[in-house]
Amino acid sequence: MSVQPVILWTDAALFALLAAALLAIAGVRRDPMRRETWRKVLLRPSAAVSLVLLLAYLVVGLADSVHFRRALPDAGDGQIHYAARVESLLDVALAHLRDTQETTYSAPLATHAFVKDTIEREGRAAGRDYPRLAHGGQHLGEPPAGRAGDLSLRIGLGLLAGGALTGLAWLAVRRHLSPEAAGRRSLMAGLASLGVLLAVVGAVAALAQGYHVFGTDKVGQDVLYLTLKSVRTALIIGVLTTLVTLPIAIVLGITAGYHGGWVDDVIQYVYTVISSIPGVLLIAAAVLMMQVVIETHPEWFETAAERADARLLALCVILGMTSWTGLCRLLRGETLKLRELEYVQAARAFGVGSAAILRRHILPNLMHIVLIALVMDFSSLVLAEAVLSYVGIGVDPNTISFGTMINAARMELARDPAVWWSLAAAFVVMFALVLSANLFADAVRDAFDPKAG
Amino acid sequence: MLAYLIRRVAYAVPILIGVNLITFLLFFVVNTPDDIARMQLGVKRVTPEAIESWKRERGYHLPSFYNGDARGAGRLTETIFFQKSVSMFAFEFGSSDDGRNIAREITGRMGPSLAIAIPTFVLGLFVAISFSLLLAFFRHSALDVGGVVLCVMMMSISSLFYIIFGQWLVAKVWQLVPISGFSGGLDAARFLVLPVLIGIVAGLGSSARWYRTLFLEEIHRDYVRTARAKGVSEPVVMFRHVLKNAMIPILTGVVVAIPLLFMGSLLIESFFGIPGLGSYTIEAIQAQDFAVVRAMVFIGSLLYIVGLILTDLSYTVVDPRVRLQ
Repeated sequence: MSVQPVILWTDAALFALLAAALLAIAGVRRDPMRRETWRKVLLRPSAAVSLVLLLAYLVVGLADSVHFRRALPDAGDGQIHYAARVESLLDVALAHLRDTQETTYSAPLATHAFVKDTIEREGRAAGRDYPRLAHGGQHLGEPPAGRAGDLSLRIGLGLLAGGALTGLAWLAVRRHLSPEAAGRRSLMAGLASLGVLLAVVGAVAALAQGYHVFGTDKVGQDVLYLTLKSVRTALIIGVLTTLVTLPIAIVLGITAGYHGGWVDDVIQYVYTVISSIPGVLLIAAAVLMMQVVIETHPEWFETAAERADARLLALCVILGMTSWTGLCRLLRGETLKLRELEYVQAARAFGVGSAAILRRHILPNLMHIVLIALVMDFSSLVLAEAVLSYVGIGVDPNTISFGTMINAARMELARDPAVWWSLAAAFVVMFALVLSANLFADAVRDAFDPKAG
Repeated sequence: MLAYLIRRVAYAVPILIGVNLITFLLFFVVNTPDDIARMQLGVKRVTPEAIESWKRERGYHLPSFYNGDARGAGRLTETIFFQKSVSMFAFEFGSSDDGRNIAREITGRMGPSLAIAIPTFVLGLFVAISFSLLLAFFRHSALDVGGVVLCVMMMSISSLFYIIFGQWLVAKVWQLVPISGFSGGLDAARFLVLPVLIGIVAGLGSSARWYRTLFLEEIHRDYVRTARAKGVSEPVVMFRHVLKNAMIPILTGVVVAIPLLFMGSLLIESFFGIPGLGSYTIEAIQAQDFAVVRAMVFIGSLLYIVGLILTDLSYTVVDPRVRLQ
């Protein structure tokens, strides 16, 4: 079957960034100084645990960033037409979850719907009861029998598979686990978290073949599917925004600090103006205007996915344009200090040009600030996405994200009995992502800037 | 001192002009009033007459910067820039899309916003300082490590979770307070307890961790070591020396937020149905009422600049070595 690859703007940016990150890692491996600092980061067990989790999120996010359109069945005119729907690799992997849609709410692992409905029974009058789900627990037969046994069997199998994979990982790294090795504790912690992760994934995967593990939402969509799709949006916002922030902050910060004089005054004026507008309001104003641009130019976008993607990218740009001021101020201050150091003065006395001084002496000594800001901002951006989408100035309403999930489910706890699973799934998966990002950021900060508490 | 103050206020004017220019660019240049009218009236099936009358109702039919048709000063004043942007300096914000006067609406809504924001700010500061002092007192013990882990976990939870879960647990399951609403006078306390509590809990993690760092920094200073060497007991060292000196960065750091308390809290007010400025802003954003959003941007920046000036003044109050000139 032929497919047509679709490269969305955010996909391209994400993969370009991934390539840059891999290049940077290769660079670190060659440089003993930087390798030592990164070793210090990874020697911390909490950093190892969070790295495992972050990589798992990254895998989900990257799988969801390879997009394509399937070919439609031959219409007989000899040309290949492609479906309007844009799919990703993750969609293919989760096709089972996406296509087993129920009609409305159902609790996690349920066999019957959550709300009563009128049911026609053969030979009897129609009555109101909980209808049987079209997909959840369908393999148990009618009426469903042996659910408890089936559930434990699946969980057991899943745990076994996860355990076996962990065992393989242990065999692969066993020689690094000698009691005197420095990284032993951290490696053990990483391995343990990998074990827990694989066991959970195994159990969930085994259950998901026959049930809706996290239940279904109002229109009967599988909540597990929605949660996994949200990961990409969170990663894009957290990563691409800093990509917009960094060049502005670095160029303006260094220029202001190194040149001084009226250039410094102008740059300070600009960032004071921008930082004096309350963040949410500036973002709201920019997003409202961006919406008008997108609404009035429907001809720019071929598919709905491209339109939603343009909005996501625009949101990243807006968040970046409004949040560079803090980093810019830090870099300006640090450059002011570096400029007066003896070796920079000496370089200038020897007649080294400004560009060379900036490249050789100033920029490398600022990189730790940039790196720390990058990892520290990630978690706050993931949290901000949820709030902005709730306010209505976040991602496109059709883009699946933690914010749109929470927004759609916010009245569900007010129902009686309460529908808790959509909110719980979104909050727990977001919490794990933000917590691991925070722990990793702390380890990075402590290793690169030991003075900051 | 007075001269410094006058200079700072004078410096605030170009910044406010900058803010004004940015909002003007965003709202009237990136999209022309025609685009906005077309979007508000529905993109398809819209007649030029409908757009013209929509613009005339709101005063958007004027030219942007220079009105060649008017006479004298009217060439500059009868423009969108003068009527919509310059007039903000006189606190004239015009009327919102539902025809109400924005300035009057804002003064009326400040009360409920402050009723939530002030208790949240004061109590939140108190709780965070007490908690971080406790952690610093038992530094590097199991309590301290557990407390820091708790702080990081609390920082990692979405503020939406605190609100949605707190409202569900306290108001629906335990039925201790009304789910949402507001009333004037003493009766308001019933409605305010839960939002204030949630506001405190939601902000505790990050501030307590930051204050703990400040306390620890202070503990390692020479004068503290001297005090201990003289035989001063640990509680006296903590309360008389460390607490007092660490309060300087803490208090000067929060001063900038005080004027912004007027703006209220976006999320909490909208979830609890409190008729303050936060819910006003959120409703305006959702209804795409651009006049209100512009007014709130202006007021927000004004309050922030006031906060910056107050911060500088507070340095001279707490630290006599700082001289402003």
